[in-house]
Amino acid sequence: MSALLELHGVEKRYDNGTLALKRVDLAVGKQEFVSLLGPSGCGKSTALKMIAGLSPLTSGRIDWADTTANEAEDHARHISFVFQEPTLMPWTGVFENVWLPLRLKGVSREAATPQINAVLSKVGLSQFAHVYPRELSGGMKMRVSIARAMVTEPRLLLMDEPFAALDEMTRFKLNNDTLALWQAQQFTTIFVTHSVYESVYLSNRIIVMAARPGRIIADIAVDEPYPRADAFRNTPRYAELCVKVSQALQKAGDHHD
Amino acid sequence: MTDTSLDAPVLIAARAHKSGRIVRFIQQILPFVVFGLALLAWELVVRINNIPHYILPAPTLVAKTLWDNLGSLMVSWLYTMKITFGALLLAVVGGVALAMLFALNKWVELCLFPFAIVLQVTPIVAIAPLILIFIDSTTAALLLCAWIVAFFPILSNTVVGLRSADHNLRDLFTLYRASPWQTLRFLLVPSAMPYFIAGLKIAGGLSLIGAVVAEFTAGAAGKETGLASRILEASFRTEIPKMFAALVLVSLTGIMIYLVFMLVSKLVLGKWHESEIKSSR
Repeated sequence: MSALLELHGVEKRYDNGTLALKRVDLAVGKQEFVSLLGPSGCGKSTALKMIAGLSPLTSGRIDWADTTANEAEDHARHISFVFQEPTLMPWTGVFENVWLPLRLKGVSREAATPQINAVLSKVGLSQFAHVYPRELSGGMKMRVSIARAMVTEPRLLLMDEPFAALDEMTRFKLNNDTLALWQAQQFTTIFVTHSVYESVYLSNRIIVMAARPGRIIADIAVDEPYPRADAFRNTPRYAELCVKVSQALQKAGDHHD
Repeated sequence: MTDTSLDAPVLIAARAHKSGRIVRFIQQILPFVVFGLALLAWELVVRINNIPHYILPAPTLVAKTLWDNLGSLMVSWLYTMKITFGALLLAVVGGVALAMLFALNKWVELCLFPFAIVLQVTPIVAIAPLILIFIDSTTAALLLCAWIVAFFPILSNTVVGLRSADHNLRDLFTLYRASPWQTLRFLLVPSAMPYFIAGLKIAGGLSLIGAVVAEFTAGAAGKETGLASRILEASFRTEIPKMFAALVLVSLTGIMIYLVFMLVSKLVLGKWHESEIKSSR
């Protein structure tokens, strides 16, 4: 599997001197579903923001596949980001929220409409195109957020604890929907979470991180084939993987504290 | 148990619903009823005690005076309106432009904000005489006075509003390489709108106050005069009912401005902002 991006000795030090990330080396392959798992303060969200280009690197570099130095800017156009909150514009409808990334690229409403309708039907919100965000439930808002991320057909989808604030039923449902989209569209996903169970269910690779300073302490492959369904949660294999990941995470806590 | 017990909760709910409507109706008319009663009490106090009209005119006399002088008072009213809305328009243009400049550049804000604060904290009655000396045209001087009062709430609210845009949304705009103009138009302006409108509601009332106060200082001179000059003029001639009539017009104008901006707020924010959404309890 060829790499889509490679982090080489990436470090992040905040202005107050705190070392948020210490020498992170990580290669993420094309079409991988990678979870960054760790306790709060391990720098997993910071790593995600640096990959997105939203937070400058203190040292190290990020290399992208298929880009020369001149095209380095271009890769950003193929990245989408889903935040922990739905982060929708409350003053406008669902349709306009999903249109936003295309609108910023100069795509007119007429030209964008087929794409927007297609992506809204994929997340099951066709009926709600002209509703305001406040009229939607938490799970539906998150679906709009995912639709907005998908509408640009990204090469890389970054998700920062997107389902942490949702109830379990909704989270399970959105986990399945995310996997279905990922399988259908063949993009790479980097998924930040603090839930062992969620990371095992979703990813084919889990990067376990420790805090103070933030660093990678384990790289665990999840070799369960896709598609995965809710039944996977009840298999011995799932339980075994969860134990393995939990133990790695435990070690993260043992180093300090 | 008979089936009446099954109906009981429904009946109670229906009764509660009905009484809720009655309460709402009472809430709506209560202010008018109380205001009417207060006017009636005023009328009675004046009549029973035979208070002379040059001390306290009865509401009916004020209404009659207003009606008799409606033509000349309307000319003054139009002038006051011209100053008020002229100053408000300039305050919106100036306040919003300066707020955008502040939002774009921290240094501009550091340099200019003290001036804005000085303008805000200095009582307008204290600077109005100076302004009237410096500026020949009374109309221009009055406009400036009203503008000084109305400008600050627009500026400070818009500055806060432009800064209040959601941080994740800002990141999203950065990620999608939005131009500064796109960020302003699609993110900052809509985010600032509720704050701007709150500022507008305050500035609307203040610009009327500014216009009236400045004209009091200017005195009843010149060929074009507003309601404040009419109040002064009437007081010099001890035409107290006429003073009251002009005063009523000033109050009505203030109420009208308030209602207009309530409506604007509803139209602009009604669909999405918490302040204008009725909870569906």
